[in-house]
Amino acid sequence: MKRLLFALLLAAIVFYTVFPFYWAIVSSLKSGSALFIVEAWPADPTLANYAAVFRGQPFGRSILNSLLVASGVVGVSLALAVTASYALGRVAFRGRSLLLLSILSVSMFPQVAVLSGLFELVRALGLYNSLWGLGLTYMIFTLPFTVWVLTTFMRELPRELEEAAIVDGATPWVIVTRIFLPLLGPALAATGLLAFITAWNEFLFALTFTLTDDRRTVPVAIALMSGASAFELPWGQVMAASVVVTVPLIALVLVFQRRIVSGLTAGAVKG
Amino acid sequence: MAHGSALARERRRAAALFLAPMLAVLALVAVWPLARTVYFSFTDATLGSLDSYVIVGVENYRWLAEDPDWWRAVRNTVVFTVVSVTLETMLGLVIALALNARLPGRGLLRAAVLIPWAIPTVVSAQMWGWMFHDLYGVVNEALLAAGLIAAPKAWTADPDLSMTAVVLVDVWKATPFMTLLILAALQMLPRDLYEAARVDGIHPVRVFFRVTLPLIRPALMVAVIFRTLDALRVFDLMYVLTGNIRETMSMSVYARRQLIDFQDIGYGSAAATALFLVVALITVTTITLGRVRPGGKGGSG
Repeated sequence: MKRLLFALLLAAIVFYTVFPFYWAIVSSLKSGSALFIVEAWPADPTLANYAAVFRGQPFGRSILNSLLVASGVVGVSLALAVTASYALGRVAFRGRSLLLLSILSVSMFPQVAVLSGLFELVRALGLYNSLWGLGLTYMIFTLPFTVWVLTTFMRELPRELEEAAIVDGATPWVIVTRIFLPLLGPALAATGLLAFITAWNEFLFALTFTLTDDRRTVPVAIALMSGASAFELPWGQVMAASVVVTVPLIALVLVFQRRIVSGLTAGAVKG
Repeated sequence: MAHGSALARERRRAAALFLAPMLAVLALVAVWPLARTVYFSFTDATLGSLDSYVIVGVENYRWLAEDPDWWRAVRNTVVFTVVSVTLETMLGLVIALALNARLPGRGLLRAAVLIPWAIPTVVSAQMWGWMFHDLYGVVNEALLAAGLIAAPKAWTADPDLSMTAVVLVDVWKATPFMTLLILAALQMLPRDLYEAARVDGIHPVRVFFRVTLPLIRPALMVAVIFRTLDALRVFDLMYVLTGNIRETMSMSVYARRQLIDFQDIGYGSAAATALFLVVALITVTTITLGRVRPGGKGGSG
């Protein structure tokens, strides 16, 4: 009896978390009036919505934009964060914990609080409606996050390794790039993956700092699909687009589940 | 000793160099824009004329204080934050405890539970928007079939229901984050403690409140703080699910609307600055309270 109840609880949990996504898939495979019938699986599944998403608008372009911005931002953030996290994690200097806290607090900024300042900056640099400008603004949340998480990983590396290297006369630069960097592979993967997902999912800046269809990222493209008239939302297409951009994320989560968990908990539990 | 301090000095110099690029970028994209936003909030700048404006003092803040829509946005945000974070914490605890049991396929279960977290907020808002559809939505269909409602409801447009809809979607989306952090804390607990409690025949519920909860409290606090700060700046969810309607408008939605839709940089910046102050205040308070409370509890318990 107890076991049965527990199994039911687990089933309910899985149903709750997975059903909306399942329903999006089912709806995306329906076209025309079939969309308005509630059924567990479409009687006549069709890929018409998927074709329409890519034909009707530059959705392929949006995916490319999102990929370019997210991977660029992750690359730059990790590069800047590796050396910075060494300094914060392994070098004793005055004001270190205050600095670390200040960096963490930047990632707590409400995005809206920097919106007008960033707008001015982006426009002054001539980067309005450009992926470069968008990437620049994303540093405000990817950089503090990567620095924070990598610092906790840096602290866990064995002290003996560093001491031996110092005895051999290695400079801090050599220690970071030659000795620690190879050991940080899994940490970099976990941190990079989380930062990538955050950048891929970002909406407010992408909505504000880009203007034309060909510069949109995926979340903006999907949000604006339902723009014009409230009565003729192309729900089938919205669901198809949602499935297209979510499947790779779910694949990433399934494959790198352990890494993601280690990155998330390193960022939070030890904080 | 002399060598040691020379070495330490060299390491500090290297650390400064290592930190400089990162700090320069943060100064450019975070500190400077924040300072400009605060500055703009005392001017009458508009989006079209960002370089010619007049300082108007606290005028924008006076308008803000007199705008009932702003206070409605403040109330909405606070209600949204308190209700969602509470539900997410309770649900996260339940799911984490369930997943902490030794059972086959736990890894897969954990991955399934993570799915909503990975889905972009915009996408989850659209997915639920479709499920909440007043005419063809599966939620209405299911509730009608179960006899729980007599007529279809306009979940996202009805003033009495829209906030509920927003909270439900946020709970779905953010509970995995809670679950994960709580689960990580649960897995670090010593097993023998539970063996001892079982041998002594203590009721599991009692064990939970007397042993488990106090032990995972620090991790729980961190998760709650993270989620609270996240919920206070909520934007995507309302913007996509319910649009600009008054009943769900959050402070972020209000501020962006003034800034971009109405192009009023001065007034919008005042709203944005007010939101920043609220978030900063709550951060400081929760961190302080979070530090004080475990100590006080430890003394009495």
